Amino acid sequence: MIDHAPLTLHVPEPAVRPGGTPDFSSVRIPKAGSVARPPVDADPESIRDLAYSIIRVLNRDGEAVGPWANLLSDSQLLDGLRHMMTLRAFDARMLMSQRQGKTSFYMQHMGEEAVSCAFRKALSPGDMNFPTYRQAGLLIADDYPLVDMMNQIYSNERDPLKGRQMPVLYSSRKNGFFSVSGNLATQYIQAVGWAMASAIKNDTRIAVGWIGDGATAESDFHAALVFASTYKAPVVLNIVNNQWAISTFQGIARGGSGTFAARGLGFGIPALRVDGNDYLAVYAVARWAIERARRNLGPTLIEHVTYRVGAHSTSDDPAAYRPKAESDAWPLGDPIIRLKKHLIVRGAWSEERHNQAEAEILDTVIAAQKEAEQHGTLHAGGQPSVRDMFEGVYEQMPPHLHRQRHEVGV
Amino acid sequence: MPRRTMIEAIRDAMDVMMARDANVVVFGEDVGYFGGVFRATQGLQAKYGHNRCFDAPINESGIVGAAIGMAAYGLRPCVEIQFADYMYPGYDQIVSEAARLRYRSNGDFTCPLVIRMPTGGGISGGETHSQSPEALFTHVAGLKTVVPSSPRDAKGLLISAIEDPDPVIFLEPKRLYNGPFDGHHDRPMTPWSKHHLGEVPDGHYTIPLGQAAIRREGNALTVLAYGTMVHVAMAAAVETGVDAEIIDLRTLVPLDLETIAASVRKTGRCVIVHEATLTSGFGAELSALVQETCFYHLEVPIKRVTGWDTPYPHAQEWDYFPGPARLGRALLETMEQ
Repeated sequence: MIDHAPLTLHVPEPAVRPGGTPDFSSVRIPKAGSVARPPVDADPESIRDLAYSIIRVLNRDGEAVGPWANLLSDSQLLDGLRHMMTLRAFDARMLMSQRQGKTSFYMQHMGEEAVSCAFRKALSPGDMNFPTYRQAGLLIADDYPLVDMMNQIYSNERDPLKGRQMPVLYSSRKNGFFSVSGNLATQYIQAVGWAMASAIKNDTRIAVGWIGDGATAESDFHAALVFASTYKAPVVLNIVNNQWAISTFQGIARGGSGTFAARGLGFGIPALRVDGNDYLAVYAVARWAIERARRNLGPTLIEHVTYRVGAHSTSDDPAAYRPKAESDAWPLGDPIIRLKKHLIVRGAWSEERHNQAEAEILDTVIAAQKEAEQHGTLHAGGQPSVRDMFEGVYEQMPPHLHRQRHEVGV
Repeated sequence: MPRRTMIEAIRDAMDVMMARDANVVVFGEDVGYFGGVFRATQGLQAKYGHNRCFDAPINESGIVGAAIGMAAYGLRPCVEIQFADYMYPGYDQIVSEAARLRYRSNGDFTCPLVIRMPTGGGISGGETHSQSPEALFTHVAGLKTVVPSSPRDAKGLLISAIEDPDPVIFLEPKRLYNGPFDGHHDRPMTPWSKHHLGEVPDGHYTIPLGQAAIRREGNALTVLAYGTMVHVAMAAAVETGVDAEIIDLRTLVPLDLETIAASVRKTGRCVIVHEATLTSGFGAELSALVQETCFYHLEVPIKRVTGWDTPYPHAQEWDYFPGPARLGRALLETMEQ
C-alpha cells in the first residue's frame, strides 16, 4: 500500500498575471553598500555568498556608498549618462521606424541600458564581447557611429552587413563586438573559446560572454561553464536577468536554483549578482571580474539583476502575460533616473542641464537617422545588391554558386 | 616513398601543419595525452605541448563552439569528434554558427576550422559508431565537406582543409584507416603498405578541395563513389568485368561536376554508390546533377546503390552495407538495360 499521494508535475508560475497587482516582495534587495568587495584573487569557495546577494552602490538618496563605490570621475559618469540616454533615444526612434514600416523588426533596451553601457567602459581595446541582441550599449559606449547601426537596421545600401542579417544583429570586430547570432547561447561557449585562444597565444586580451536569463537553460550555457572552469579561461560570463524570456518568467529557466549566479558555484567559478540598474555597481563588478580574467585568475560569472521594461521585440505584446504596471513596481528603479540623481547629488548635474542634454541627444539621433535614410530603408531607396546575396558564403566563390548567380543574371 | 596507413597519414598532416603554423591547435575527446581512440593525434601533445594539443570535456557543442571562438580569434583549430555519430550535439554550432559567420558578418569574422570525424561502418559499431552523415553537411551553405579514400589523399586533403579560410568537415572512413577495404569482410585485410596510394610523401603537399580523381578509366559506365565505396567499386568492376570508369569524388562540396559530367557524357551510364541511407542522401544530389547536365547522353536511368533507410544495424551489418556483390549486380543490370 502506498501511503502518500500520487505524483504531480510542478510547473512554476510567476507571482502575478495580467489583471493582478505587481508584486516583487519576494525579490530580496540588500542595502546599497552592504556587500563586501573581496580581493580579486579571493578563493571562490570563500565568496559563495555573492551569488545570493546583490551588489549595489547607489542608495535611495542618490549617494554612492560602500566598498564598490568611488571608481568613476564626474566626467566618466556624465559620459555614462549620455550613453544611456543616447541608447534610449536611439531605441525610441528605431521603434518608431519599425512601426512606420522602415524596417522589419526591432529590439529595445528600456530599463537595461546600464548593463551594456557600464560594462563596456571597464574593458580595454582588443577585448572581445560575444553579445546577444540586447547589448547595443557596448557599441554606443564605444562611440560606434549611430548612423552605421541604423544602416544595419534598415538593411540599406550602406549596411555594413550587406543586408544579410536581421536588424540589430550587428558585428564590429574593431569595437570588440562579435557578430550577433539570432540563435541563443551559442555565443557563450564561443566567448570561452576566444578566451582560450588568447591564453594559448599568451595574449593580454580577454573575452566577454553575454546571455539572457532564459537562454541559460540551453546546453551551450553548460558547455561554456564546463570549458571555462576546466581551462580557467580569461572570460567574464554575463547573465542579464531581465526577468522575462519573451513571455516566460525567469522561474522557468531558473528552476529550483536560488539564483542564476549560483549556477557558477558548482563549477568553482566565482559568481556575483549585481544591481543591473545601477551604472556604478555594474561598472565596479565588471572591473573586478575583468581584472581577475586579465591576471589569469580565470572566469567570473555575473548575474545582472534588471527588468525588461519594454516588449521582447516589436513582435511581442507583454500585456498578454504580465501586469501592465509591473515595470513601475520594479524595485531597482530606472538606471538613467538613478544616475541622473546621483550626478545632481554630486553637484555635477542639474534638471536644466539634463533636459538640455535630452534635447541635444535627440537631435543627434534624428540627424543620424536622416543621414541613414538617405541611403535607404528596408523597402525604399538604396538597397544592397542581389549580387551581395551570393558573395561571402565562402572566401572564394565555388562553381555551384557561380552557376546560381549566373542563373539570376547578376 | 614512405608507406603510411590512413591514420598515420592524417597524423602526419596535423604534424606538418602544427610545425608550420603556430596557430594550428588540435583538441577533442581523448585527443591529448592518449592520442585519440583511433590514435590520430598520438604524440602531438608530447611534441607540441598542452597548449597546442589537449583533451576536451565530453561535449561536442563545447568542442565545436570553443573552436569557433578560437577561429574567430585567429587560430586554426583542427578538432576531432570521436565518431561522426556523436556530432549531433555540436550540429547547431556547425550549421548556425561556423557555416554562416563569414556571411552574416560580411567577412568581419571568419571561421577557418576543420572538424575531423571518423565515419562509416564495417566495424561492428552498430547504430552509434557507423553512420555516414555527409548529406547533413552538404546541405548547409557555407560548409565544405571532404571524404578521402586513401592515405595519400587524406594527408593532402587534410592539409588543404587546415589551410582553407572556411570551415571544413573532414569525414574519415574509419574502415579505411588500416587498409583499402573493398567490402569483402570475410577475406584477410590488405594493408595500405601493399597499395600504391599508401605511398605518402613526407612534408607538406596539398590536394586541392573540389577536384575529383579518376581511379579507373572505363568506357561502359561511370561509377560515382567516395570514401570506402571507391574500393568497393574497384572490386565490383574487376569481379563483374564491366568496363567501369570509377570517379572518387574526394570533395562533395565543392563538387567537381566537370569531371563527373565529362565521364557520364562519355559512358552514357551512371551508378552512384554510398554507404549512407538512400532517401535524401548525397546520391540524390548527384543523380539530379547528372540528369541536369548529361540528360541527352544518358542511355539508361541512373541507379543508386546505398545503405538501406534503416538505422545502421549491428548483426545485419553486411546486409546493410552496399558491398561488391550488390554493387556488382547494379553494374550488370545497368549494362543489360
